[in-house]
Amino acid sequence: MPVYSEKVMEHFMNPRNVGEIENPDGVGEVGNPVCGDMMTFYIKVKDNKLDDVKFKTFGCGAAIAVSSMVSEMAKGKTLEEAMKITPRSVADELEGLPKQKFHCSNLGAQALNKAIEDYLGKKKEGGKK
Amino acid sequence: MKKVYLDNAATTPLLPEVREAMLPFLGEDFGNPSCLHDWGDTAREAMENARAQVAQLIGADAEEIIFTASGTESNNFAVKGLALAQQNKGKHVVVSAIEHFSALHSARTLEKWGFELSLVPVDKYGVVNPEDVRRSIKKDTVLVSIMHANNEVGTIEPITEIAKVTKERGVVFHTDAVATVGTIPVDIEELGVDALSLAGNQFYGPKGVGALWVRKGVRILPFLDGGVQEGGRRAGTENVPAIVGLGKAAELASLNMASRIEHLAHLRNRLLTELPNKIEHVVVTGHPQNRLPGHASFCVEFIEGEAMLMLLNSRGVAVTSGSACTSRALKASHVLIAMGLSHALAQGSLLFSFGLDNTSEDIDYVLEVLPPIVDRLRQMSPLYAKFTKTGKGGK
Repeated sequence: MPVYSEKVMEHFMNPRNVGEIENPDGVGEVGNPVCGDMMTFYIKVKDNKLDDVKFKTFGCGAAIAVSSMVSEMAKGKTLEEAMKITPRSVADELEGLPKQKFHCSNLGAQALNKAIEDYLGKKKEGGKK
Repeated sequence: MKKVYLDNAATTPLLPEVREAMLPFLGEDFGNPSCLHDWGDTAREAMENARAQVAQLIGADAEEIIFTASGTESNNFAVKGLALAQQNKGKHVVVSAIEHFSALHSARTLEKWGFELSLVPVDKYGVVNPEDVRRSIKKDTVLVSIMHANNEVGTIEPITEIAKVTKERGVVFHTDAVATVGTIPVDIEELGVDALSLAGNQFYGPKGVGALWVRKGVRILPFLDGGVQEGGRRAGTENVPAIVGLGKAAELASLNMASRIEHLAHLRNRLLTELPNKIEHVVVTGHPQNRLPGHASFCVEFIEGEAMLMLLNSRGVAVTSGSACTSRALKASHVLIAMGLSHALAQGSLLFSFGLDNTSEDIDYVLEVLPPIVDRLRQMSPLYAKFTKTGKGGK
């Protein structure tokens, strides 16, 4: 068993915000089964803030804990603040990740970013009409 | 909490009788077997007795047994040592795609040293076709190394048939029998091989000890240079307590093999048949019949092995997985990929390996705790969501 921090174990055993959002404002998907982890983030935006964040993850204990932590960190933040979440800040909040897991499983911030970009892209398109 | 150990492929526990046999050599009988005094004599006699016990288990002559520090060392020694000893004859070696890394990576090292390497493929059950071995042998082939049974999927390879091919072509044939020696009957004459690796912690002996059997007349380059221990083929003061333990474990394995196999096969058959009935979208990996008696391996679709393993551990069940995430290399099992499984499916690999202490209640317990764990992870899985929505993305 990889040596995970207590915080990682806690989020893995009790992940927050698992699921999908119906009619989400943005969706971000990253990863592939070859490297072992896939994450999909769903967001709902209200007044430029992340009103709801949910995720689905295929992957190891670290991947699930990372997804849970990112969703918790992002919820309620403005889009600008949420965009500042990085793999490093997620790992820090989780009290560290095993070295070999840092790159492969730490995709949560990227997936969230993609979801926000998806939202911003759609908004732009909508604005053009 | 109930504790159920189902990872005997990683290591079996030490039998109390084996521990008892070892204890004097961790105490008063501490002598170096190379020494010519009473202390040396006691150690040497115990070590030679163990050599005879190990030889008897595989039908060999005691003097053909070389003690090593592990199955990994035995495989390194065999693959490199047998090839290097014949390099003036040729520089081509043949191994299967599903070898244990200790054999596969040794062959890769030979490649770096100027040898040519051919990998023999396997079918969907992980079986090597002897005809593929025949096709890969060339004029300058000096070594074929194919494992007796695969440690990840339990498949037993047609070693006797492959040996007929290597004999015809006059090529030295080594088999990594770490997963089989002490578990199922292994007889070197029946197999027809020239060299064979085994390890103590696979059949209730201690860790840190293994052996390599090399047929008389077959040349091997010594792995460790130094003194004349092990007939000058493996220098270094022998690990006498562990060797004594290996010998005792070999003796007990010979005595009790039939009843052990019956016990293990009963548990394995239950899990192989009942688990796929309890959980949808589960694939049995390895050969359905020709497999190790205590070995049940699966791939659970849409979820990843390490997460399953961790949740099983939280319920007291110890298993292993061949997923990328459980390996430090972060690559899915080379065995499952060689068998043609997709990466996504290989990520869901789960291996249960039974031992003498396991009971039918242990199977009941696994069948009780695993389905909710799989359910829970599938509820989190984007692959499962895709599958339930579109019916696509299975297997």
